[in-house]
Amino acid sequence: MSPGNGLAREWHIAVALIAATIASLSTALLAGTYPISARELVDSVLFPVPGVVHDVIWQLRAPRAMAAFACGGLLALAGLLLQVLLRNPLADPYVLGVSGGAALGALLALTFGAGTALMSTASLGGALAAILIVFIVGFRGRDWNVYRLLLTGIVLSAGFAALASLTLALAPQAQVKGMLFWLMGDLAYAGSSLPAWAILAVGAALVVTQAVRLDLLALDEIKAQSLGVAVRPLQAAVFLVAAFATVAAVQLAGAIGFVGLMVPHAVRLMGVTRHRALAPLAILLGGSFLTVADVAARTVWAPLQLPVGVLTALFGVPAMLWLLGRMR
Amino acid sequence: MSLACKGVMLAVPGRVLCRGLSFTVTPGEVWAVLGANGSGKTTLLHAIAGLKPCAAGEVSWNGVPPGTHPGRERAREVGLLMQQEDSTFWGSTLEYVRLGRFPHMRSWFAWQRDDDERAAAALDAVGLAPLAGRSYSTLSGGERQRARIAQLIAQAPRLILLDEPLQHLDLRHQALALALFRRLAREEMRAVVMVLHDALWPGRTCSHALLVFEGGFTLAGAARDVLTRENLERLYGCPLQEFAQNAARYFVPHV
Repeated sequence: MSPGNGLAREWHIAVALIAATIASLSTALLAGTYPISARELVDSVLFPVPGVVHDVIWQLRAPRAMAAFACGGLLALAGLLLQVLLRNPLADPYVLGVSGGAALGALLALTFGAGTALMSTASLGGALAAILIVFIVGFRGRDWNVYRLLLTGIVLSAGFAALASLTLALAPQAQVKGMLFWLMGDLAYAGSSLPAWAILAVGAALVVTQAVRLDLLALDEIKAQSLGVAVRPLQAAVFLVAAFATVAAVQLAGAIGFVGLMVPHAVRLMGVTRHRALAPLAILLGGSFLTVADVAARTVWAPLQLPVGVLTALFGVPAMLWLLGRMR
Repeated sequence: MSLACKGVMLAVPGRVLCRGLSFTVTPGEVWAVLGANGSGKTTLLHAIAGLKPCAAGEVSWNGVPPGTHPGRERAREVGLLMQQEDSTFWGSTLEYVRLGRFPHMRSWFAWQRDDDERAAAALDAVGLAPLAGRSYSTLSGGERQRARIAQLIAQAPRLILLDEPLQHLDLRHQALALALFRRLAREEMRAVVMVLHDALWPGRTCSHALLVFEGGFTLAGAARDVLTRENLERLYGCPLQEFAQNAARYFVPHV
């Protein structure tokens, strides 16, 4: 394997993942209880005519597919960034307590019978509070180190999880099912994905322009510094982008597991190591993976909807085991 | 163009490593830094590289403290071979070495052909050219050490700081690495400062030596003046035997 082949492999994987993206988004538009043929879909794109088909595609399925894709891409990006920042392969978007804070906020709002808008505000508030606490405690002072950041996040997550369990135990029976769906991750109540796409664009731009710095940071903090990387500002930027990517994903769909932890590893196991390629490819894989999982969540047991977080793990575990089996 | 340390004091919480350290390194010189474990040799290299502040005194390269330069500009002047790295690198060996070109990178998006050529030449200089395409994580300890040296050569700094450059290397590669450092100093007029643990190499390969004693006292000067049996016995706290051959002196511990 020469480095030239490495570049060729990156391109092969890129082409495959772009195809997967197109396939997953088309599937998301086609699949569902209301049957739509590929022909109708093409017609609806090329010659939009108002009608049921048009409404089903553009008002029901397209927004949900866009939300699913953005959510998956954000989770993959956040997981990748935190794995670099914490230099820990076990890091996932939820390790720093962001989702815990969001979950607690959402559950409290649900307990008091709040509507969707208030619940969304409450979870945003919880997530931002978690980011603020971790940032202040984790980045304080001169003797900064990643272990304190990691442990701050883990301790905070544990605290939020305990409070969330307490809320769950004390909540009225009628609210519990909605809460469980929120905790497992579900795209059925996703709002507008526009903010999520904006954050995804900013995050992708950061990673692609800072890719070599991230390669160095992933290797060693002091080495990166000795080669001229402004390590502290880069770490703060990486943390904030990862945190806000997580917030945006959690706002759309609750805490969907597995994607953020495993998608970056899956791309690495395909042999992509440079962050310049790793980040965009992880976003494509995470996005199309969650889109397909969400299609399955709303069609397999239709009309019943399954929480998509369960399906990401059900699909993801065998795929990861297969990739790990091929690891040299 | 020179490295000057004036009255440098280095400390870690609860302990002073050295105080009143003054010496000057000019291009073409090869310095050995010797001292017992935990005597502060690594801290000294990091302070010289501008990565750690001094408790007192000042370090300057070309008259300016290295820490005040913007990062990449400093990295084109001062390079550091570290004793260890936090995590392993998953790309190819050539990609690993090419990271050393970061301070010279001209585009935000892509490496230039120049960077690839420099990286390949650096790999060649340490005899790793055949392994360029191999995954770095599959290299042996000694091969990784040579790849790290190649990364520093690709970085091409004027002041080369080496923290235990001979670790993991077999005897032949120890000799080749030292010959390479001497060539960088003599032919390309770079300044080399290296932490060594071996009392056999410095006398033959270094022009100067800096001894860091327990308690923070230091001794710097020409190798032949500083590297005496009395000094080294005091430095390491163990009796040494001295052998002389062709005007070179060798020191071996009594066992």
